Amino acid sequence: MSATPGSARPPWTLTATELIGLLRSGDLSATELTQSLLERIEQVDRDVRAYITVTPERALARAAAVDRARAAGEDPGPLAGVPVAVKDIIATKGVRTTAGSRILDNYIPPYSATVAERLDAAGLPMLGKTNLDEFAMGSSTENSAWFPTRNPWDLGRVPGGSSGGSAAAVAAGEAVWSIGTDTGGSIRQPASLCGVVGLKPTYGLVSRSGLIAFASSLDQAGPFARSVADAALLLQVMAGRDPRDSTSLPNPVPDYSAHLDDGVEGLRVGVVSQLMGEGVQAGVRQRVQEAITLLGKLGAEVGEVSLPTFDAGIDVYYLIAPAEASANLARFDGVRYGLRVDGEDVAKMNSRTRAEGFGAEVKRRIMLGTYALSAGYYDAYYGKAQKARTLIIRDFARAYEDFDVLLSPTSPTTAFAIGEKTQDPLTMYLSDVCTVPTSLAGATAISIPCGVAPEDGLPVGLQLMGRALDEVTVLRAAHALEEELGPMPHPPLWGSPSE
Amino acid sequence: MSDAAPELLTTIGLEIHCELATATKMFCGCAVGFGGEPNTRVCQVCLGHPGTLPVPNERAVAYAIKIALALGCRIAPSSIFHRKNYFYPDMPKNYQISQYDIPLGLAGSLDVTTGAGTRAIGITRVHLEEDTGKSLHMGSGGRIHDADYSLEDFNRAGTPLVEIVTEPDMTSPDEGRTFAQELRSILEYLEVSDVRLEEGSMRFDANISVAPPGERGAKVEVKNLNSLRSLHRALAYEEVRQREVLAGGGTIDQSTRHWDEKSGVTRPLRTKEHAFDYRYFPEPDLVPIKPSPEWLEGITAGIPELPPARRRRFIADYGLTPYDAALLVATRAAGTFFEDAVAGAGNVEPKLVANWLANDLLGRLAERSEDLATTKVTPQNLGALVGLVAAGSISGNQGKVVLDEMIATGRPAAEIVDERGLRQVSGRSELEAVVGEVLAANADVVERIRAGDTKPQGFLVGQIMRATKGQANPAVVQELLRDLLQR
Repeated sequence: MSATPGSARPPWTLTATELIGLLRSGDLSATELTQSLLERIEQVDRDVRAYITVTPERALARAAAVDRARAAGEDPGPLAGVPVAVKDIIATKGVRTTAGSRILDNYIPPYSATVAERLDAAGLPMLGKTNLDEFAMGSSTENSAWFPTRNPWDLGRVPGGSSGGSAAAVAAGEAVWSIGTDTGGSIRQPASLCGVVGLKPTYGLVSRSGLIAFASSLDQAGPFARSVADAALLLQVMAGRDPRDSTSLPNPVPDYSAHLDDGVEGLRVGVVSQLMGEGVQAGVRQRVQEAITLLGKLGAEVGEVSLPTFDAGIDVYYLIAPAEASANLARFDGVRYGLRVDGEDVAKMNSRTRAEGFGAEVKRRIMLGTYALSAGYYDAYYGKAQKARTLIIRDFARAYEDFDVLLSPTSPTTAFAIGEKTQDPLTMYLSDVCTVPTSLAGATAISIPCGVAPEDGLPVGLQLMGRALDEVTVLRAAHALEEELGPMPHPPLWGSPSE
Repeated sequence: MSDAAPELLTTIGLEIHCELATATKMFCGCAVGFGGEPNTRVCQVCLGHPGTLPVPNERAVAYAIKIALALGCRIAPSSIFHRKNYFYPDMPKNYQISQYDIPLGLAGSLDVTTGAGTRAIGITRVHLEEDTGKSLHMGSGGRIHDADYSLEDFNRAGTPLVEIVTEPDMTSPDEGRTFAQELRSILEYLEVSDVRLEEGSMRFDANISVAPPGERGAKVEVKNLNSLRSLHRALAYEEVRQREVLAGGGTIDQSTRHWDEKSGVTRPLRTKEHAFDYRYFPEPDLVPIKPSPEWLEGITAGIPELPPARRRRFIADYGLTPYDAALLVATRAAGTFFEDAVAGAGNVEPKLVANWLANDLLGRLAERSEDLATTKVTPQNLGALVGLVAAGSISGNQGKVVLDEMIATGRPAAEIVDERGLRQVSGRSELEAVVGEVLAANADVVERIRAGDTKPQGFLVGQIMRATKGQANPAVVQELLRDLLQR
């Protein structure tokens, strides 16, 4: 790998913000950059296994178009030429999209998700489709029908999930940035476990059109990146009203990069007491505490806040999300696309297809959701969960009377070992205890790395939650903290890139 | 007095599904239509591809609200869609987007008149949903469970569908059919549906129970009623069947039955087919429908005079019989054609125009498989024709000949009458000379008549008609003959 002029390091190691400068100055072409990343994928993905599908021809063609436009003196857009990886639950026309499920083996969508279209329109070459827990159901990427993705910090550990492939790709240098989706923490938790930045936008900010639905009232696509500034740039491309999604919000999209440097002087930060207690790993708590101290030094007004309904978050989430999923996944019946396993009649064909096509966790949630919606149980389960969801939203509203952002660890633990929790779904579900409340409230939150835990040397993530549509404040606080924390260590897999 | 069987009352409620005649489907941009090559009016949304989202068709919502308003319903200030979950191969998502506890329209009513009088039938609800595709089950019985294989056509999938549910207020199969007819008329007037029953744009399910007064009978649901005729036949069959079961000491269980049009009987559906738990829950992909007052006002302003009001007006203003009024009001086109024809006829009894329209024109058009929308005859021209007959300018029989040519060519009546020299001569002074000549030339016949033999009078009329090339008004000729022969 040849070093790039103006940088001692190969392109795949740089942030998007750095790369954009090189691309604009002409010191680096989009094609060179894309090639560098494809080589990196070639080099490490057999170990990390972040990608289900790599699309080199497509990526190089898009990069070449960006280079041609620049050569012709045209403006291909501010971010043009910086390659991106996309979670394999986002429909990409002509490119296999499996949602990590056998039932969509070799499914090639006839259309593209709005998010995928926006990335392409912005000139971001798509490197490929990243691994995930089947239909985004899981917290470790072990529920992928294809293979588990490994954490670049320790190949024996999980990258988190469900967007584990997107997080691992960025952490391993196999993508500059990537797209994930977050239903109950599926961006933030893997960002935390892989030591990268991950942002879950406000529900309705990013179009869900083309996002293969898990839980429709919770799903949101969002960015993974190596810096808060990069995440802000990628969010800018994704956000905004889409007529193809009735639930997308009409609000004007602010400039997410404009206020990154405004600092946290006077910002009221509430530390959620429920999420700093017993269940949190000591090293995680220590790193988060240190970050809280830094915020205070920077002039933020830090206080403690109690949100009692947070304790019900996981219970509520595991009723609402499976209920919606049970309907969303009904369409996978072998009739029109995807896997078909024949049977003597239609009903048997349907059930055999689903029996063979879905994995254990997906089946578990379909059953859970079907039960929660059944006659006689609806009021006790789904109906009650919706009421509890309203109480969680109210708790947040009360907290935001006194605070501008709320703070907690992103995950109670650092990355756990592959296989450690697969036999115990309930323990696995608890990985999302810190992230689920924001999802239920439909608001925004970011996870940023805040060092490694002393006991295991693995990354710790800190979550900053904000009011609905207040991504600007969340990004500003995260950026200030990131600057103060200084450069994070790289995973061992990073090697010594200037070799 | 013999022991009469205890009196039994019939109770009927209807559920009507009506496809809306919007240009595009309920939740995507595909064209709405009938027939066509299978799976040609489909896209990723109406095929239920993963990741696709429904986007409501505003026109369909407006049409459904229009129907609800026309039926006197209260419009929900915020109505929501639900998912109705069940597996069926022609339903792409294996849930139907429908409405559940907060439909668009609630609590309306519609007056229905039968031989038993006029009664208000309650409308429980009017809601909006999407249609399914069509399955063709190949093999022995044509039913899903014994088919060798099934073919699916998704052209219809996602067509906007309005469901209208009545209260169990009808008391006879006649009342059921009349309600359905009246509703069909109203939907046609509102211009929201093709109401083509033969193409399935209107379909019926009926609930019928028979029980002694004051008791509540077990509800039997009858499905697969795709015409007014099969609705009436199925209700009549089911009414008799239930009465016979009860008379034989049996009991009726709450159940669902399928109408077999060919053999004219209802048959029980396998319990499996209707024992669904639909697991309704609010559709998270859609936001509530909150019609603004301005929008509702606009929709209300677009509702025309509806059949009941028009019927009353035709009877009061034009002196039509209730029968003629009902006939002419049945479609919006017929009523409007009638009123335009009356205007075109000048000072003519509207009753006469009604006869010509209902008996002569509509009858002839039906024979030619035409209708008022396709015919070349304009209402003004029909009115002018009736005017000519009424003024005695042509005879009724000549009028029918003229009408045939009008239907064939679309030319005005007067033009045809003049060209064919059909105009009748009715003036006594004009005819007196001709009659005089004929009498002079047949002095012997005149002699016989005057002697008391009236038989040859017809011969004289014939001679006069011949001399006038048939244009003489026969009534005036008779009058002249009587006068002249008596001298």
